[in-house]
Formats: sequence, structure tokens, C-alpha cells
Amino acid sequence: MEPFTVLDAAAAPLDMSNVDTGLIIPARFTRKPRRSGYQDYLFHDLRFRKDGSEAPGFVLNREGFRDARILVADRNFGAGSSREQAVWSLLDYGIRCVIAADFGEILEANALKCGLLPVRLDAESCLHLRGLLHAEPGARIRVDLAAQRVTGPDGVAYGFDIPPFRKTCLLGGLDDIDITRQHDAAFLAFETAYRQRYDWLFDAE
Amino acid sequence: MAETMYDKIWNAHAIVERDDGQTLLYVPRHIVQEGSRFAFEFLQDRGLTVRRPRQMLASPQMSISTRRRDIEEITNPDQRLTVELLIENTRKFGVTHYGLDDPRQGIVHVVAPELGFVQPGTVLIIGDSHTCTAGAMGTLAIGVGATDVLHVLATQSIWQRKMRSLRITVDGILPEGVTAKDVILTIVGRIGANGGKGHVFEYAGSAIRAMSVEERLTVCNMSIEAGARSGMIAPDDTTFDYLAGRQFAPRGASWDRALRYWRSLPSDEAARFDREIHIDAATLAPMVTWGTSPEDVVPVDGRIPDPRAEPDAERRAHMEKTLGYMGLAPGTPVTDIAVDQVFIGSCTNARIEDLRAASAMIRGRRAVVPAFVVPGSTQVKHMAEAEGLDVIFRKAGFGWGEASCSMCVGMNGDTVGAGKRCVATISRSAAGRQGRGSRTHLVSPAAAAAAALTGRITDIRKMGA
Repeated sequence: MEPFTVLDAAAAPLDMSNVDTGLIIPARFTRKPRRSGYQDYLFHDLRFRKDGSEAPGFVLNREGFRDARILVADRNFGAGSSREQAVWSLLDYGIRCVIAADFGEILEANALKCGLLPVRLDAESCLHLRGLLHAEPGARIRVDLAAQRVTGPDGVAYGFDIPPFRKTCLLGGLDDIDITRQHDAAFLAFETAYRQRYDWLFDAE
Repeated sequence: MAETMYDKIWNAHAIVERDDGQTLLYVPRHIVQEGSRFAFEFLQDRGLTVRRPRQMLASPQMSISTRRRDIEEITNPDQRLTVELLIENTRKFGVTHYGLDDPRQGIVHVVAPELGFVQPGTVLIIGDSHTCTAGAMGTLAIGVGATDVLHVLATQSIWQRKMRSLRITVDGILPEGVTAKDVILTIVGRIGANGGKGHVFEYAGSAIRAMSVEERLTVCNMSIEAGARSGMIAPDDTTFDYLAGRQFAPRGASWDRALRYWRSLPSDEAARFDREIHIDAATLAPMVTWGTSPEDVVPVDGRIPDPRAEPDAERRAHMEKTLGYMGLAPGTPVTDIAVDQVFIGSCTNARIEDLRAASAMIRGRRAVVPAFVVPGSTQVKHMAEAEGLDVIFRKAGFGWGEASCSMCVGMNGDTVGAGKRCVATISRSAAGRQGRGSRTHLVSPAAAAAAALTGRITDIRKMGA
């Protein structure tokens, strides 16, 4: 995982609530090989017309927003299917932080594990930030993970919460398997007792 | 201290707790499907191996054709590759694979209870959000993404934060024509699409107790649609009767020991839940979704809501946009909505009781719009054929396919056309879910069959013989 420390980058406003993972990446692209990159599938059916040309109205197709590395969304970003490809498509496009009023639960967990920072701000602050971005396409937002602070283009700063463990992992680029391996003795002792206590679960072996 | 069922299962699987509240849970049961290819890819990239392959099952479900049980039928090379990779990876790591040539193949959420692979009081992990389905067995069943699947493959454990508990008590007797699907659609509508976030649901009450295991599976299946990672129902004699004799169910003395554990699982009388919701079963009606979120739900005898009457600005904007996408006008009676096609299938509603309920609506009539029935598993398909349900469907002009997720997720080429309106027994009506531009209305199996016969959304309570 690539460490996340401070991100000072252009941000794009996404004026939609309940953007589900199917909109972030339609199911038909979720079988593509991981190594070839998922950037082209991000918001595919919003970004592109049926003939494959760009949909001019979509925010990421507009000047100033194309190179956004931060998205400011609305309520319930990333609800629906558990597809982690949604997070990959955001990351591969270059987005490392999504600011929203709240997130679909699986997406939020996946994001934290893959190095995409989900920042929860209240809906009013999200609306305010989107307004600033609309007024000045290309405007930057600064996200400081260590300080847990987002600073908008107008200099107004907002604090945000993140589970301390996830923060440490993101700052250091550590993933879960690295952590779990530190507990292997506890795992093996637990498993031995579990297999004795619930032996019927292992009858078929 | 009094414990909920969730507490009990959690405690029985907690290996270590970190000071940030994350707990490493033991994973006795894990299922993979073709979508798990990425986790296998990452596993091998890191030089790791599957830790406990004998605690796993695999079956292809999404990418496969409904026409024939043959990998050659999969014309899309990306989809076909995923099915081939599942065969290759399960062989390489020694995981039991019920492939296209196996009568136990099916949608993993249908197969898991059907084979008795998922049992009360365990933890089940699948890389698929509808894993919550299996909570109906009294299991902590959690859907995860590829990174977590990788973690489970490599370590047979998963890091989780303890959720809050929400008990949904449905008491009373369901009126005629009101099904388990209508119960859960009502619940999702009441809680909201993200209202259950951070919670594990426990469904309780006399209406839930009166349900069969298959009906309970339908209820738990849509817990995720209300934002909950998991939903569960206390195991009881209905559960035990269902499990007895299934392939992975314990036998003999093992059964007796298992049963003692299972009977200890229900939440203690004095257990406190963080939230409680009560629903009176007698007040429920058949439900239909009108929008792109499962919370957009109305009784079938109601009308399409008017955004102008919605006080919340955000909700109003969602409604306006949704009605535009769905091509619906406020105030339209739901039963005036003409449909283009019907799909009966998915992990929500494609078990044998669902197919029986749908076929029972037909009574010699014919479908007036294209309708497609896809059993949830090959076992369900064989059972339905043994009962002659396939003949009833075919005679009425319904298509009859091989077990697959099919048109619920549209990965295998079974899709709904742009602008077309599909009445479906699935769990999600998101924009583009069934195909780009598709419009989906979620209903129960009987209501879906009725819509096929009348060409419009239909109140099955008023459907004559």
C-alpha cells in the first residue's frame, strides 16, 4: 500500500447522493485484469456516452477537474455491491481521497485497506466545498492525515475522524496481513481449541 | 451479563482484540466464486498460500451462461477467464470446487445453506455483499472485498470492528399475499438505504419465527440494502429440521453436540440492543420499489410519490432524479405501470419455494411480456424439474435457464435493455444494475409472475384464478 501523508491537490465536486459502487464502476468491467489498470472504468456510464465519446456534462470531463485527486461527494457515497474494483478505479484514476457526508460501509472499509482515504464531513460542509470548487474549477484542497484536517480553497479547515489503527496503517503503508502475522501464535492456540470445541464443523474433512 | 446472539458468536470467534477496537475473528467457513480471482492473484503475487483450503468451498455463479452448462457458452473472454481461473486456483490450492458439471453448483448464497455448509453459531466470509443471506441460519455472515478475501485466504481470519446491534421485531400474522420479500422491502423502506450502517440486524418476532428457512434467507439477504453488513435470525427447530441430513451437517453424536451449542445461541431474554424497531405484520402489504434505491418503496396499491410533498430537499432532489430515470410521473397508481419484461431469480428469491410461489400464479395463463426464470442453484433447478415447475413456466411462455446470478447483475450477457422496465425478484434496483439504462422494480416471486401474466405491476391479492 502506498503511504498517505499529506495530499494537496485539485478536487472535483460530485453533486450526487447515493452514488453506488455500480455507478463508480459498472459490473461489466469488474472482470478486467487488475494489472492493466481500472482508471478508464471509473464512473464509466456517467463519463462516456454510448458511442464511447466523453459525456461533456460530467464533472471529470470538464477543464479544471480532469486531474482531480480528491472528490467531494454528498451523502452515502459508495453504497451497494461490495466490489473493491470501485476503490481500484478511483485509485487508478488518481483519486486518493473522497470527502462525503457518509459512505457505504463496505466501500469505506475497502478504501481504508487499499490506501484511499474516506473523509467524512457533514453534508453542509460538503455542499460548501462543492460550491467553492464549482466557482473555481481546479481549486485545491489540502488533506493532512496526521493532523486529521481538511483545508478548503477558501482556507477554512475541518477536522475529521479516522480509526487510529487505520490512520497508522495509511501513514506507514502497512496492510492487514502484515499486522495479522504478528499474532500467529495466538491464532494457532485459538484454532486448536476451536477445532476441539466445535469438532462437528470439521467432520467432513 | 446478558448477551445477544451476535455477542455470543463474536466471543466464540475472537482471537485477539487490538486497543483500537479491531478484533481478529476466526473464520471457520469461507466461500469463493469467480469474482475472487483478484484475491488469488494477489495471494500468488505475494508468494502466499491458502491457509485452510478444507474450510472452503467454491462455485461459479455470475459469469456463467444460463443457456448451457458449458464453459464454451461463455462468449465474453473476460468472464470466461474468471471461470477458468476459479477452476485453476481451486485445483492449485486444494479447494473443493462445484463447477459447471457438478449438481451442487449455484449462487453461493443459495448453495451455502442448501448444502449445510453454513451452520448456526459460525462465521462465514464471502467476497460478495449478499453474504448476509446466510445470517438466516443463525450465523455471523459478512460480505467483504478482495483485500479481505486475500486476508482470509492467507490467514483464515479477519479483522472486524464490533458493530452496534439493531433488533427488528415483526410480530403478528402476515396478511394473505404478503411475503418475506414484502417484509424486508418494508423494513428497508423504513430504515433507509444506509440507515442500518454500523449495525448488525437481528430479525425477531412471531412473523419471523413462523417463516421457513427459505423465507428467512430472503429477509436476511436484503440486510445490506438497509446498510447493514450482516443480519441474522436465531436458529430454532425450523433451522435444525432444515439442516438435518444435508451434506455438511453433522451426524450422530456430532449432531447432538452441535445441537446443544445451537440451542445456546439465541439472544438472552435480558439482552439489550442498541436500537429496536417494531413492525406489526398485520399492517403490511405487497411492496414494489419505484426508484433506484431499495428504500424507494411503496405498497402495490399505492401511487408513485410526489417529490413536491417531500420536505427534505436532498431527498426531494433524489426523488426527482430517480423519477426521471425510471420514466415515472408522480401520482401514477403503481398498478398502472406497464412492464417490458420480468426476471425471477437471484440469491434473494430463486429457491424452490420462490419458484413454487411464482409458478402457482400461472394457472394456465400465458406471459404477455418476455419473462425469464433462473433457479438459484442446480439443485433447485433439478428439484423444480422433478416437480414439473419448469413445464408450467415453459408452457406459459417463461424462459427457463441454468442456475446463475444472471439478470440480477447482468455479467453473463443476460441484461435488460436501456429504458426497458423489468419487474424482478432481485435485491437491487440501482441505475444500470440490470444493464445500462435499465429500469428495475423489485417485487416478490408471485408478484413478478403476475406482472408477466398481465403486462403490468399487479396486486396479487386482486389476481383472480
